[in-house]
Amino acid sequence: MAIEVNGKSYEVDEEGYLINLGEWNEDVGSFLAQQEGVAMTEQHWEVINFLRDYYNEFQIAPAVRVLTKAIGKKLGPEKGNSQYLYELFPYGPAKQACKIAGLPKPTGCV
Amino acid sequence: MAAPDAKAKTEAPAFRDFPTVPTILAGATENVRSYVANEKIQEAIGFPGKLADNWQETHDKAIGRFGELLEKYRSLKVYMDACVHCGSCTDKCHYFIGTNDPKNMPVARQELMRSVYRRYFTPAGKMFPSLVGARDLTKEVLDEWFTYYWQCSECRRCSVFCPYGIDTAEITMAGREILDYVGYGQKYSNEIIGKVHKIGNNLGLPGPALEDTLNGLEEDVKDDTGVDVRYPLDVQGAEVLLVTPSADFFAEPHIESLIGYGKVFHAAGISWTLSSKASEAGNFGMFIGNYDQLRKIAMRVREAALELGVKRIVVGECGHAWRVAYAFWNTLTGIGAGANDPFAVELQKQLDPNYKQPSHICEVTWDLIQQGRLKFDKSANDSRIITFHDSCNVARASRMGDYPGGQFDIPRNIIKAVANNYFEMAVDTTREKTFCCGGGGGLLTDELIDIRVKGALPRMEALKHVVDDHGVNFMATICAICKAQFTKVLPYYGFNMRLVGGVHQLVSTAIKLGNEQ
Repeated sequence: MAIEVNGKSYEVDEEGYLINLGEWNEDVGSFLAQQEGVAMTEQHWEVINFLRDYYNEFQIAPAVRVLTKAIGKKLGPEKGNSQYLYELFPYGPAKQACKIAGLPKPTGCV
Repeated sequence: MAAPDAKAKTEAPAFRDFPTVPTILAGATENVRSYVANEKIQEAIGFPGKLADNWQETHDKAIGRFGELLEKYRSLKVYMDACVHCGSCTDKCHYFIGTNDPKNMPVARQELMRSVYRRYFTPAGKMFPSLVGARDLTKEVLDEWFTYYWQCSECRRCSVFCPYGIDTAEITMAGREILDYVGYGQKYSNEIIGKVHKIGNNLGLPGPALEDTLNGLEEDVKDDTGVDVRYPLDVQGAEVLLVTPSADFFAEPHIESLIGYGKVFHAAGISWTLSSKASEAGNFGMFIGNYDQLRKIAMRVREAALELGVKRIVVGECGHAWRVAYAFWNTLTGIGAGANDPFAVELQKQLDPNYKQPSHICEVTWDLIQQGRLKFDKSANDSRIITFHDSCNVARASRMGDYPGGQFDIPRNIIKAVANNYFEMAVDTTREKTFCCGGGGGLLTDELIDIRVKGALPRMEALKHVVDDHGVNFMATICAICKAQFTKVLPYYGFNMRLVGGVHQLVSTAIKLGNEQ
């Protein structure tokens, strides 16, 4: 399967996760967000950028707790909780935000 | 095909006034299918990448494998022969109750395989197939197996009610094994098994990420409590090796229980370690009924135990892992007693015979409570009104403590020792009659959300009663799958997703760490 963004085709898996992580760019992210019904704001991008940075360092998305802590440090303690993340990404910060960030889906009992 | 956007369409069934036998709705979930594993996923764990181009070849392979399983597992043959179609199991499956699809009746799920068994393995079926309801194995039959053997959570509730003790889970496992053998695997489970072999855990969490997460936890606990509770990784010579589902490092509310395990060891003064090699308790080899995978995944724990020189092996809050550990580790890997290869003998010498090997974290905590080595401020849990959900594999396939039923009592005893408000759900939905969360056995994947939501109906009904009658706001459980599944499906039934949590999350809230005034 594939999606088309700005005339270029990108391979995705059955669930819409990008296959080649290196192909990701902000336009692809916006397109994937649109498919998820998520209207991207600056707050959304903050999370997406953090996810991508963490992934580059550790080859895995951060634990929800690591993410909330980082967001709390950056945007203030009132936003450092998973409720805030669920407001941004209703289908779950781990899976939905990973998809938009072009990262693989976390698997297992999560 | 399965709708990728199943979430939008899935609605929770209405709560029933009386739990009557569901009206049959033929084919209700015939289109709810797991994603098929691609060639890369299949081949990475030694299965054929896809079905053979020529049907006859697939047919012969499947029947050949079926015959081998019938030889290898006498139980499977007994289950194929013994059913008298009494109907006792029909309304005991949460998926039938929630979906109304008659093929989700346990007897019908078994019949998918039994009809093929009759055709190829009984004299009557070989000679007069149509007279005895025997059918040829066709591509359509194989597709039906894939659909409905991936709509069973292997929870074994039906077997409790079967007068012959027929275990549908074993039939499901055999079905999945035959499917894998011919190149027709499920993406979710097989991708995860590949990650265990490649990276060490179901999540794919590499060592450095694990270390970073654990360091973060130490900081958090220090901030919260003022105490240096350690979450050690790969510590040579620690007394206890804790093996826990990787979701405990990653997801909410799972991680709260991990924090609790560390506090228990800290308060009791027991040295412990996690292992980056055995950073997963879960063993999806059991879900797919494949002995080699089951053993290979379990071996990592034995290797880690030998390398680290630990005296005790303790398993965290994971339902099926505890079944594998309790029931299978001794013969699979020689942890406990049973295996007699040199490494197993070495391991048995190394492990401390004064403790059960392996032990469940709940056994450890309960023993310490009874010895007076842990102190609690129960009022710290006063905002919580608690009930307990028994997880299938702990309830029906294992034990804790030293008497039958210990696996039911010990987690409850712990909850009552650390909290003041506790209420039971209805007796026909707990202990050995517990209802599956709806996401066990390899079904915890997004494309199956429809049956996951519907299969949760009986548990949600029982929960509703204690919520309405007693104001319950916390359902404790000791399984990573249950925690993830409930977090996802509770909102469909109008409950808060945070209503589910771990037993050691409650322990964590109330435990005194020795720095109290």
